[in-house]
Amino acid sequence: MAKIVYTGEMDPRLCKSVLGETIPALAERDPDVIYLDADLMSCIGTAKWAQAHPDRAVNCGIAEANMVGVACGLASAGFKPIVHTFGPFASRRCYDQAFLSGGYAKNDITIIGTDPGVTATMNGGTHMPFEDVALYRALPGSTVIDVTDPTLLASVLGQCVDRPGVKFIRVGRKQYAKVYEDGSELPIGKAVTLREGTDIAIFAAGIMVHEAMQASRTLEAQGVSAAVIDMFTIKPLDEEAVETWAKKCGAVLAAENHNKYGGLWSAVSEVLAKKCPVPADFVAVEDEFGEVGPQGYLQERFGLTAAHIVEQAKAVLARK
Amino acid sequence: MEAAKKKELQALAVKIRMAALEAIHSLGSGHLGGALSICDVLAALYGGEMRINVDDPKWPERDKLVCSKGHAGPAVYGTLAVKGFIPYEELKTLNRPGTRLPSHCDRNKTPGVDMTTGSLGQGTSLACGMALGDKLKGRDSRVFLIVGDGESNEGQVWEAMAFASAKGLDNLVVLLDWNKRQLDGWTEDIYPMGDYVAKFEAFGFDTVKVDGNDVEAVAEALSNIRQGGGRPHAVILDTVKGAGIKEVEDTVMNHSLTVSDEQFERWTAQLKAQLAELEG
Repeated sequence: MAKIVYTGEMDPRLCKSVLGETIPALAERDPDVIYLDADLMSCIGTAKWAQAHPDRAVNCGIAEANMVGVACGLASAGFKPIVHTFGPFASRRCYDQAFLSGGYAKNDITIIGTDPGVTATMNGGTHMPFEDVALYRALPGSTVIDVTDPTLLASVLGQCVDRPGVKFIRVGRKQYAKVYEDGSELPIGKAVTLREGTDIAIFAAGIMVHEAMQASRTLEAQGVSAAVIDMFTIKPLDEEAVETWAKKCGAVLAAENHNKYGGLWSAVSEVLAKKCPVPADFVAVEDEFGEVGPQGYLQERFGLTAAHIVEQAKAVLARK
Repeated sequence: MEAAKKKELQALAVKIRMAALEAIHSLGSGHLGGALSICDVLAALYGGEMRINVDDPKWPERDKLVCSKGHAGPAVYGTLAVKGFIPYEELKTLNRPGTRLPSHCDRNKTPGVDMTTGSLGQGTSLACGMALGDKLKGRDSRVFLIVGDGESNEGQVWEAMAFASAKGLDNLVVLLDWNKRQLDGWTEDIYPMGDYVAKFEAFGFDTVKVDGNDVEAVAEALSNIRQGGGRPHAVILDTVKGAGIKEVEDTVMNHSLTVSDEQFERWTAQLKAQLAELEG
């Protein structure tokens, strides 16, 4: 059981540093792990190790479709490939390759797409995927993870290399609020209740977990008891957690750094509609493209702050 | 090449044509033109060039074939049936519900099929990964990659060729089926790709061009290619789409054809006569 140590403070580790340490560590632990990147090794701190280990790391140049195909060929040769590039190039640019050469052909690979949604900040709209979760959810047999904090990142990456199918991990390269005690293992597919509550259940993923925790404090001060559940595994979704908390609270909010179509809100709604229809709503990106700016600005611009969660929570409660 | 070996390979190519025709006729239609154009290279590969083990199709040390133009599946299945990977009678299950022989090659369905293909271009990157994987695992296996000329419209083909060269995949042999026709007609009319020899040379491949429907010429070109040297290999196969059955060759739009019972019997009789002559 993971120990929750959330205070609202940032974890001092950058997620890119965690990637830069975890990928080599996994490769050193398992001779079949191989790492591929599309000219972005220097962005996650793997370049030096990769240069020293040319038999364990392949720089594929700026050619993501080919990189994913090569990774799938390596999988058929007995390897467990970990592929990294920025989110849009790890999803849209190579989706057919991940879908057919990966999923359909049963070549098991792990794909890391960095800087999802508004965490792409200064790279702007071209680099800002609000649809990567939707794409990978639609790939049969896939696993889709939206990372909560550095501890969770290290834990899920270690699990993904030995997991069948196409695994997609979306994670920002910078800091996240610390949620889990260092070294915790977070089993894929199991949601984590971060905060108990009785009035409304907030299902959050990625950077929105921190926003949801902040919002729950504000709501508490206003007399609303909000549960916060970390839904870091968006597929396969912990349906039992959704059903349990929806029934317990009788109102639901989903919060995600993603388009409202096809992501966590969609996944949660699918469970609610079938098993326990209760008043529900979302905090997610309206059907829009990204744009350039600092993350704080972008969270305001796209409605992804604790204040937006408080507002939406009250709107849902009014429908109870 | 010894005369006996030459006749053996020629006979194998005819048998593969008969088997591919059998499969497509059993269904009534299929990708006949592009299947027939690669029967000679398949005969050269499975008639001696490739290290294979019929009793252990997944033997890691084997040489692998990626037929990236996955719609030529019936020619691959014909080869596998003739070589004993699958029962010959199974050819008649092509595309039937629950079959192990789908229109496009599937490594999870057919014993002896080394990679799943069909979405054009994707087999090229997969083959690069397989070749790299064999090298990193210390295996001296080779990967043979059949790419269509129409298929090479796909940008992924050229990403993969750049990768093969950049990573020195000298255990990769690209076999470009230059049959000069794609679905909508002649490649020169639809989407001219220029000089493939110059292209592959520019990409850093050791490149040769041969008559791709002369099995002896193909086999000799392949036998001149052996691992090492640090450069990937390309063999441009100058072929005819529909090769080996004159009426199919002469049908310009022969990418996908129906095959009537009458045509099947006539063409099979022609191929049988060729075989009888070779096996005298």
